[in-house]
Amino acid sequence: MGEKKLLKGCEAIGEAAIQAGAKAFFGYPITPQSEVPEYLSKRLPEVGGVFLQAESEVAASNMLYGAAGAGVRIFTTTSSPGYSLMQEAVSYMAGSELPCVIVNIVRGGPGLGGILPGQGDYKQATRGGGHGDYRTPVLAPSTVQEAADLMIDAFDIADKYRNPVLVLGDGLIGQMMEPVEFKQRSTQVVEKPWATTGAKGRPPNIVNSLYLDAPTLERHNIKLKAKYDAIEKDERRWEEYGNTGKLDILLVAYGTVARVCKTAVDEMTKQGIRVGLFRPISLYPFPDAELRSAARQAKAILDIELSTGQMIDDVKAAVEGRVPVHYYGRVGGIVCTPEEVAFHAGRVIKGEQVYTIGEYAGLVTALTA
Amino acid sequence: MELVFKNTTGLVSVPRHYCPGCTHGVIHRMVAEVIEELGVRESAVGISPVGCSVIAYNYFNCDMQQAAHGRAPALATGIKRVRPDLTVFTYQGDGDLASIGTAETVQAANRGEKVTVIFVNNAIYGMTGGQMAPTTMPGQVTTTSPAGRDVNHCGYPIRVVELLATLRTPAYLVRVSAHDEVHLVQAKQAIRKAFRYQLEGRCFSFVEVLSICPTNWGLSPAEASQWLANTMIPYYPLGEIKTPDDGPVTEAHHAQ
Amino acid sequence: MLSEVTFAGFGGQGVMLAGKILAHAGLDEGHEVVWLPSYGPEMRGGTAYCNVVISDKPIGSPIFAAPAAVVVMNRPSLDKFGSRVKPGGLLIINSSLIDATSDRTDIHVVRVPCNEIAQGFGSAKAANMAALGAYCGATKVVTVDSVKALVKETFGAKPKVLDLNYKTLERGWQAGEEGLAAAKKKIK
Repeated sequence: MGEKKLLKGCEAIGEAAIQAGAKAFFGYPITPQSEVPEYLSKRLPEVGGVFLQAESEVAASNMLYGAAGAGVRIFTTTSSPGYSLMQEAVSYMAGSELPCVIVNIVRGGPGLGGILPGQGDYKQATRGGGHGDYRTPVLAPSTVQEAADLMIDAFDIADKYRNPVLVLGDGLIGQMMEPVEFKQRSTQVVEKPWATTGAKGRPPNIVNSLYLDAPTLERHNIKLKAKYDAIEKDERRWEEYGNTGKLDILLVAYGTVARVCKTAVDEMTKQGIRVGLFRPISLYPFPDAELRSAARQAKAILDIELSTGQMIDDVKAAVEGRVPVHYYGRVGGIVCTPEEVAFHAGRVIKGEQVYTIGEYAGLVTALTA
Repeated sequence: MELVFKNTTGLVSVPRHYCPGCTHGVIHRMVAEVIEELGVRESAVGISPVGCSVIAYNYFNCDMQQAAHGRAPALATGIKRVRPDLTVFTYQGDGDLASIGTAETVQAANRGEKVTVIFVNNAIYGMTGGQMAPTTMPGQVTTTSPAGRDVNHCGYPIRVVELLATLRTPAYLVRVSAHDEVHLVQAKQAIRKAFRYQLEGRCFSFVEVLSICPTNWGLSPAEASQWLANTMIPYYPLGEIKTPDDGPVTEAHHAQ
Repeated sequence: MLSEVTFAGFGGQGVMLAGKILAHAGLDEGHEVVWLPSYGPEMRGGTAYCNVVISDKPIGSPIFAAPAAVVVMNRPSLDKFGSRVKPGGLLIINSSLIDATSDRTDIHVVRVPCNEIAQGFGSAKAANMAALGAYCGATKVVTVDSVKALVKETFGAKPKVLDLNYKTLERGWQAGEEGLAAAKKKIK
């Protein structure tokens, strides 16, 4: 076991990738994740790795394609506008079945948006993002320690399924410092007999996503679907926090918002409210059966997001109409406070429909006055 | 009986899909022969583009990756940076390399990536059916320039080799042609030299091969070769535009 | 134990460093800690702030509508954060640069001349240490030894600078202790 170090999320993500055996990083600076390339530009050469600043996210992600095809553990980090530019390569990697890890430290959008925390890329992340019928597993850490742990897991998942894996953070995860311990892990050596490493003593390997023959492409699509089915079965992750069983209200949130909700759960529990939190850790696959089970005895659900309501569709689909699902969120880079969450949870319990965004002007002052 | 000719081991023996008269086939063979002759088939990784040569991965008898449109130099960078022991080449057309992939081309050259780029310039988009390319000649009729390329509307054809030659980073930049036997001999020498520079770890190497497209030019192969010689070569001069022995491009060089 | 504090000032006043040292000290004493900075253009000369949470339990929210303590190093920070302090909480004002004070009667207001203290020992650049000292002296969230060990780690290579920071920290500590005691009397 290593010792606990106080690290910025971005640094922890970079270091965790190295601990996971990543050999190279190709990326492009963008706020709020530029500390990752800054960290790795010093750190990777120390461990015999390769750091290269690409000319764009388009190029960086295609460098990932090349390096992943050559069989090495490879990753990059970016933020929302940069991840949009990477969709081409992600789609090609999914089609060519190449493993890699991409971290999106989500900021506000659309367009250039802002640089403060956001969760507006949920659907882009969980539905594939680029063209074609593919999915990428998405892991959403809520602490710096978890970001480090999930980075290492992400490489294993990527290699296991030969598929890009996305780690979805936000500006808070990237920028905050928390104690991190890098657990000793056996470095998984995954054989990659399909990689383009030189056709010595074997027929040539081809890394490719083109299938001009329709029945062949259909077989390929069905094969990919079988892989996503296996991912949906085996890679679901979630956390339940606070009370369980009969609940006045169940909060559902992911990422840093979930930890804001944990504080709200603690405060509300002190006031005698039966409240719990369900936190999806894997956003794809979404832990729908587990949420349905957690919500079985809840009177209502409050879905809380830093977007105008994206995960709520997955929450509604999961509970199949058995529990009313309310929504509260903040956008633009504003992160809701525990006080705010508790206030709106209270409104739901009182029977008021909460499906609002930003009706909050002056609320902080009102709550503290 | 004495063996006077055999297929190169650098190519898979399968029928290729190229149109009659197309020079892709002979360019494939030259690249493959060089790979065989230099003894690097088992360490070679080729990258096919989007365009007529998209399925070149079925033709070259070495490990291959298929790239998104224009991104082959980025893939090559990714492979070569993590596996410098591999011999990495891209095979790209004019739309792929000089239009959608301009940034990747220029930046890979500027970083001095130790890879070899084979650039097939036939002044037209072949696979999509004869649309205008960044290298289409002034006045040349295509399906998207039906009155001929109007340089006031869309600029002049891009001379990629000359463009890259302005970069200070040392490189091997050469233009050859595939329109007749004499030029093919020169072309193969240039391709061999380009791979050599890579194997010596010296520089980015780039071979532009002027090529014919009888189908989309609407000419017979013989007429097409004539048209290339008469129209393209005067605009796209042949020869070594830059070698690593020239050293870095200096300010004085630019002033000339 | 749960302590939350916001350090705020303009870029260059060292509020980020003060917060980091506090978080490190909390970690060294075996607590859970979070340090959360403001980031982006704010860091380039505008108002900068950071939140530090130290707790015995895993830390939930790193942000809070009403922090238990706020340390303000300049006037815009007082205007932005002064009203947010939790009732019964602590507001430390750098009186060297802020003439105004808070008219709130439900919190403890401690005025510490951070720049003057640091200037007295050689350079106003160490004003952040006076502020850090004042907060720790008032709250005793970490021990003076833990903080000093980290100050040494930060400035150890430059003995003169280290001495300046030590002395400023100690004087700030004392000012925080005495200031809070006085403020408590006032509230009673």
